[in-house]
Amino acid sequence: MLKVKTPKYGRVKRELEKREPKLVELAKKTLILQGTKTSNVLNTVLSEIYHLKRDNAIRYTRKNDSIRPFESGGETSLEFFSLKTDCSIFVYGSTSKKRPDNLVIGRTYDHHIYDLIEVGVENFKRMDSFTYDKKLAPQAGSKPFIVFSGEAFESVDELKHLKEVLLELLRGEVVDNLNLAGLGRVYVCTAISSNRVFLTHCAMRLKKSGTIVPRIELVEIGPSMDFVVRRHRLPNESLRKEAMKTAKDKLHKKIKNVSKDALQGKLGKIYVPDQKVGEMPLPNKAKGVKRERREAKVKNSNNERASKKQKEDS
Amino acid sequence: MDTQNEYQVDLGNLMAFDPFHHFTSIPSAREELVAECLSNGTELVQAIVSGVFNLPSTEDIDGPLVKLPPPTTKLPREKPLPKPKPPTRWEQFAKAKGIRNRKKDKVVWDEQTGTWKRRYGYDRVNDDADVPIIEAKMTDEPGVDPFAKRVAEKKERVQKNQKNQLQNLKTAAKAGALPSHVQLAATALPITGTQAAKKKFTKDELGNVAGLASTATASGGKFDKKLRGEKPVKNQGKHRKFLPVVEGSGIGSQEKEQTDRVLSKLISSNSHEILNVDKAVTMYNVNKERKRRNQYGKPSSTRKEQGKSSSTRNEQGKSSSTPSKLKPNNKPMKAKSFPNKGKGSFSKKGKGSFSKKGKA
Repeated sequence: MLKVKTPKYGRVKRELEKREPKLVELAKKTLILQGTKTSNVLNTVLSEIYHLKRDNAIRYTRKNDSIRPFESGGETSLEFFSLKTDCSIFVYGSTSKKRPDNLVIGRTYDHHIYDLIEVGVENFKRMDSFTYDKKLAPQAGSKPFIVFSGEAFESVDELKHLKEVLLELLRGEVVDNLNLAGLGRVYVCTAISSNRVFLTHCAMRLKKSGTIVPRIELVEIGPSMDFVVRRHRLPNESLRKEAMKTAKDKLHKKIKNVSKDALQGKLGKIYVPDQKVGEMPLPNKAKGVKRERREAKVKNSNNERASKKQKEDS
Repeated sequence: MDTQNEYQVDLGNLMAFDPFHHFTSIPSAREELVAECLSNGTELVQAIVSGVFNLPSTEDIDGPLVKLPPPTTKLPREKPLPKPKPPTRWEQFAKAKGIRNRKKDKVVWDEQTGTWKRRYGYDRVNDDADVPIIEAKMTDEPGVDPFAKRVAEKKERVQKNQKNQLQNLKTAAKAGALPSHVQLAATALPITGTQAAKKKFTKDELGNVAGLASTATASGGKFDKKLRGEKPVKNQGKHRKFLPVVEGSGIGSQEKEQTDRVLSKLISSNSHEILNVDKAVTMYNVNKERKRRNQYGKPSSTRKEQGKSSSTRNEQGKSSSTPSKLKPNNKPMKAKSFPNKGKGSFSKKGKGSFSKKGKA
């Protein structure tokens, strides 16, 4: 026998419904965590990434000794955390002699690892070390601009991959409506060489230019760092194909013969088929015929009665 | 604007990419490098900003609002696309028959009470529970409680509906479109009709087992690490206590009392068979013999007889009451001094018993 198990409380049900697959997905959540050993630099990197993504990230501060994303069997607990926290991007920091200040950024699909990229952090400058006019400080949770420059982002495989992952990590929520007054931060990524990327976080100063488009000035507010690409793992081709499916192809089913007009509102076209009058059968209820029959019937019955009576009488 | 054409701008993500930028020579100083990166970045941001500010905007209290186009950069999904739910049996049937779902009002006019009442739920219209009298019909079977019958019928209908619901959920599960909050868990599998469903352990039972397991160490769980939220064992088993065997007052006497109690219990439980008739007869005979002996002086068996019937004497059953058996080797020296007295009688008796035995 099968038994139907449903949550006891509405709150649990709502929480589960939030996590179910959706046609149009919300922003991906980020899980930030670390291995057994981290350096001072890496701790700051992780906490500042968390600070920048505070609205949509979860920070784990305990040491994790069983997480080795690139090795087989080392991803189980990571996948479990992804399931538990419902996060689909993770940033994992660890340091070792072989790979100092190591940062692994990866994405998951259906709570299984989708792709991975490993970068080393160099020349890190923390947020506190920048001095700037505090009026420029961007609002928390505002949508950032992201700027990539360098031909290596197109020609080198690793950097192409890194670009996609960084875009996903930094872009925040996909929005329909944008408040122009709330804009104020930019991530600038520049490929310096074939394996080195300079990433910095800037504030924007909007200046009048005489047209509706203001003139932009960038002020570095940090953090800034160099990423040195180490290892990377691209997604499986079949998995990639599956993950790239979007609902939009299915959503827009064209509705025929309905149009919208600013003045008249919703308009519909109706096609009336020809009336085939000649072929139409006439109704069988011709009143004239009926009356005739009725009268005939009455007449006949009267005659019959009369005749019968006559017979009886006689 | 030729500069904007060479940038790839994705307004939905507020992203711009310059695929042609490269350093002619990488500056050695960090400041120069950063400055160059920023100047290049500024151009790119300018390209995005001009794109965004040229979009049609609407005024809001907080500032001008702009409708962004959807992102053009394709990024992978987080979870697979939800699968469409297969139609239920009723939905299939309704479609085949052309039955349309019509909205019904939540409240209905109740003519009996003249008020508006809910269609379903508490205090609903046409509630069976409100009917105090069911009029008997000619077709009614005698001896059937119509109220109980109505309740049973309702129960049956509910069960049938639940079965149908489960069937629909199963088909949904097969299609991979089970609602996220529903789990189909397998209970015991009835292979035949006779097998009863497996008993579920209650919380208490589980607690008892856990308690037993936690105390199953050499120290009785005394030095074990306690889990968080673990409660002390409720019914801890009795430990054996050994009282001092040396007699004395107070605790010293307890041991004796304890054993006495056990003994008396044993004896009392076997009290119905305490009278062994054979034994009683023997004892009676012995006592009688002893009395007689006391009257006549000291009885004894002769040495001669002893030697003669040494083999038979052992075989003499309990039924034959011979003093020689009961008091063997009792003062043999004295027995010697009265050879004549017991000889005749005892030998005779011994013979008799022997013959008896032979017969048997």
